[in-house]
Amino acid sequence: MQIHFVVHDEGDSVGVVVVEGLKAGTRLNGWIMDQDKMMEFDAKSDIPIGHKLAIRSIAKGDTIMKYGTDIGRAVADIGAGEHLHVHNVKTKRW
Amino acid sequence: MGLNLRDASFEGWRRENGRMGVRNHVIILPVDDLSNAAAEAVANNIKGALAIPHAYGRLQFGADLELHFRTLIGTGTNPNVAGVIVIGIEPGWTGKIVEGIAKSGKPVEGFAIEQNGDINTIASASRAAYRLVKHASKLKKTKAPLVELWVSTKCGESDTTSGLASCPTVGNSYDKLWANGNTLVFGETTELTGGEHLVAARCKTPEIRAQFQAMFDRYQRVVEVNKTSDLSDSQPTKGNIEGGLTTIEEKALGNITKIGKKCTVDGVLDKAEVPTHAGLWFMDSSSAAAEMVTLCAASGFAVHTFPTGQGNVIGNPILPVIKLTANPRTQRTMSEHIDVDVTGLLQKQMNMDEAGEALLDCILRTADGELTAAELLGHREFSLTRLYESA
Repeated sequence: MQIHFVVHDEGDSVGVVVVEGLKAGTRLNGWIMDQDKMMEFDAKSDIPIGHKLAIRSIAKGDTIMKYGTDIGRAVADIGAGEHLHVHNVKTKRW
Repeated sequence: MGLNLRDASFEGWRRENGRMGVRNHVIILPVDDLSNAAAEAVANNIKGALAIPHAYGRLQFGADLELHFRTLIGTGTNPNVAGVIVIGIEPGWTGKIVEGIAKSGKPVEGFAIEQNGDINTIASASRAAYRLVKHASKLKKTKAPLVELWVSTKCGESDTTSGLASCPTVGNSYDKLWANGNTLVFGETTELTGGEHLVAARCKTPEIRAQFQAMFDRYQRVVEVNKTSDLSDSQPTKGNIEGGLTTIEEKALGNITKIGKKCTVDGVLDKAEVPTHAGLWFMDSSSAAAEMVTLCAASGFAVHTFPTGQGNVIGNPILPVIKLTANPRTQRTMSEHIDVDVTGLLQKQMNMDEAGEALLDCILRTADGELTAAELLGHREFSLTRLYESA
């Protein structure tokens, strides 16, 4: 079975796309590494390899979790399955 | 499989100071930018000699000058080097570097250009290089246990696959090498931002933790004083962002997986300082690939591990750089740059122990003399870290 995205920890807000050419509407297989569990998800955006999708609904101002740790803040609302990157998330440092 | 590290060994060259090297370079080392032309001419005359040109070495002062000397002396002293020719514009600083390298017992000779000119300097230095290369070619390899191999790490053009797979692969091998008693280093001070508490928690003693924190805080002040934005065009880099990394915190958390899960941070080093005992060292350093790897070489490390996501192509003149990637696009489009393919980790086709052992196997083969991708492609980036402007 092809894995389309990988999540570090089940508490995370995001998964990482690990296949090329992912299109919106694709049914995705996700692997949660730390707990070694699988999950399914629908992609809502075209997402390049290495980029992230939100695996839950995120409101503007929310903290984004990855590796079970804070990696920044949402600067827009982000729907589950949408592309999450520099256009909607910023650092809390510097 | 299960590699038994206690019984693992490699064949390299034992240097005068007792350290084991895995390459046998004779280097022509300019003290300053003005001496690059002469150094390159000598390397052109004598086959097997390697010139290491660079951009600096004039009118530096204070801590910046000390770092310049320490880096050049460390480069010459590195056990992958059999002998050194130093060429400078004038005899004072040239002599200082010759003297520093000579403390290791290694053959080294210095030449100054003023009152001689390039042509006479090149002639004299070429004769000396001829003798040194001849000498180096006669040195026999000897066998040594793996524990004598000093291994460094730094990642580059990272993306999200780095933190998921290629950096944890280094971490897995570091846990094993650390338990074996090897000497290891990591650094990239600003690239710990957002995960600095995780590194602090891994420091072996409160003293080491306080030293680490002071180095981290100092570097944060450099960013705070000089920044004109949130650094979102520099750290993460454009390549990092293309690869899907969004914030410095996210990048740092991936970076930190290179130190595994078990190792403690057993000491801290300033740039280009040499470890005084085995274990894992943190070196306060730039996160720019060539600068950091140059500092690792100057600290005496013999093999370098370099996870990449988007495909950083870096090498070093004297330190073999092993590259690994978990990004299938990078493996597909840039395979000539990759020594260890760990893309299988992201499809559950290999596990982390298997990936760590594949890397350890490559480290041992590299130590035995197998050339890395960066060596085959002629990547010899040598980049000196500057602390501030010249006088």
